[in-house]
Amino acid sequence: MPTAHIISKIAAGAIMALAGGATLAASIAQAGEIKSREEWKKEYARPAEIPFPEDNPYTAAKADLGRTLFFDPRLSGSNYISCGTCHNPSFAWGDGLPTGIGHGMTVLGRRTPTILNLAWSEQLMWDGRFETLEQQALGPMSAPVEMNQQMEAIVTELQSIPEYRTLFKVNFGDEGITVPNIAKAIATFERTVVSGIAPFDRWVAGDETAISANAKRGFDLFNNKANCVACHSGWNFTDDSFHDIGLASEDIGRGEQLPDVAVMKHAFKVPTLRNAVERAPYMHDGSAKNLFSVVAHYNNGFVKRPSLSAEVYELNLTDAEQADLVAFMKTLSSNDEQVAFPRLPPFDQTLAGSVSGVNTAAGKPDGTNAAKAATTSCGGFFQHVLPCNK
Amino acid sequence: MKLNIITFAATALLIASGTVASAAEVVVTQKAKKFDQKKVTINKGDSIKFVNADSITHNIHSRGAGKFDLGAQKPNTAMTHVFAADGTFKIRCAIHPKMKLKVTVK
Repeated sequence: MPTAHIISKIAAGAIMALAGGATLAASIAQAGEIKSREEWKKEYARPAEIPFPEDNPYTAAKADLGRTLFFDPRLSGSNYISCGTCHNPSFAWGDGLPTGIGHGMTVLGRRTPTILNLAWSEQLMWDGRFETLEQQALGPMSAPVEMNQQMEAIVTELQSIPEYRTLFKVNFGDEGITVPNIAKAIATFERTVVSGIAPFDRWVAGDETAISANAKRGFDLFNNKANCVACHSGWNFTDDSFHDIGLASEDIGRGEQLPDVAVMKHAFKVPTLRNAVERAPYMHDGSAKNLFSVVAHYNNGFVKRPSLSAEVYELNLTDAEQADLVAFMKTLSSNDEQVAFPRLPPFDQTLAGSVSGVNTAAGKPDGTNAAKAATTSCGGFFQHVLPCNK
Repeated sequence: MKLNIITFAATALLIASGTVASAAEVVVTQKAKKFDQKKVTINKGDSIKFVNADSITHNIHSRGAGKFDLGAQKPNTAMTHVFAADGTFKIRCAIHPKMKLKVTVK
């Protein structure tokens, strides 16, 4: 039985036992929905497996190829920026900057979002302009201010590297290296990037010692008085919705995509709160320097305008309540294993003549790397968290 | 003549029951950030009454041909849209785009 299934069964049993005997702090969320703490906890149970789309199913070899591409800077026009440059696993798959930095050190307008848990997401990017992860994978690559890659050129460039020819042949047969197949491989890898078991998950599974009393009070506030749950709901702490949260920014976000929808002006995608404490600064514009700043914003620091989300209103939280909310959010961070960077082909550069790797003489298509990839388990370094849904 | 009498009687009965040429209304409920149906098939001129049974605001919206936007919809309210043209409409909540409804108008 996979570990995640075992954890799920333990959690379910523990929750049932607790629900029978514990004193339940029933409370009323906005608009009258009454749930106890134990009932709320059930809403945050982790899923049993990672979902993959029918038109791009999971294979270990494809995820491994995607991981190699994700960390390969030759996917950028400069051959200097990889997906992993901005989505850096050392910063919980962000970059730790207020807003991203792209091609030629261009300072971008929005903060780099984490790629954690995107297998469950739709309408990618802060403004939701990409429907699927496959579409999203190509967006930054081809954007002139981000990775500035000519998509026709990247196919030629990868074709010149024997190991890539072999890896694409293994995964996609005679189709080989194409732009859609590059996207499929990267998206498959990204779907395996899942935040691990956090203290909060252990608490939900029945370990009352896993989080502090302050954090438990913060959980109650999160689901009730502070109304965070209106958008940061479910195990991934986002419902993937779009809201104007009243940041003093000229950026209209989702309003560019849906100009006929009044409440989409200044609206941005609700991010996951998983591992949030590792991902400062916050908000789409990086304007909140820490989690206390985030809570202060939602308490009463937002701009009131016609497009302001109906779920954002003055909360009148005390300083102690705000501290409890931060204590709770800190319990959402998992102590994930360190991420190993892949070796990038060509592996034999004896005859290489270019740092870009554009050299057909470098290496032989001996399939060595493909054989290694095929034996990699689902999720690579995340396999301890979730099995993959084939 | 006998046939005409039967036809007349049947027509009168239908008018009395209000079913002749009257457009139908289908109710679709939004609850727990989901539509209670994934697909609805109606006739041209029929309408859908969207009920927001959630505790949060929704926004019925459709892009493409025949696009429309019903605007922000507060909890415990209903909004109606008449489908005057045939076709297939992909409807979402603009705020919560994971909420999807396919409407086929014949």
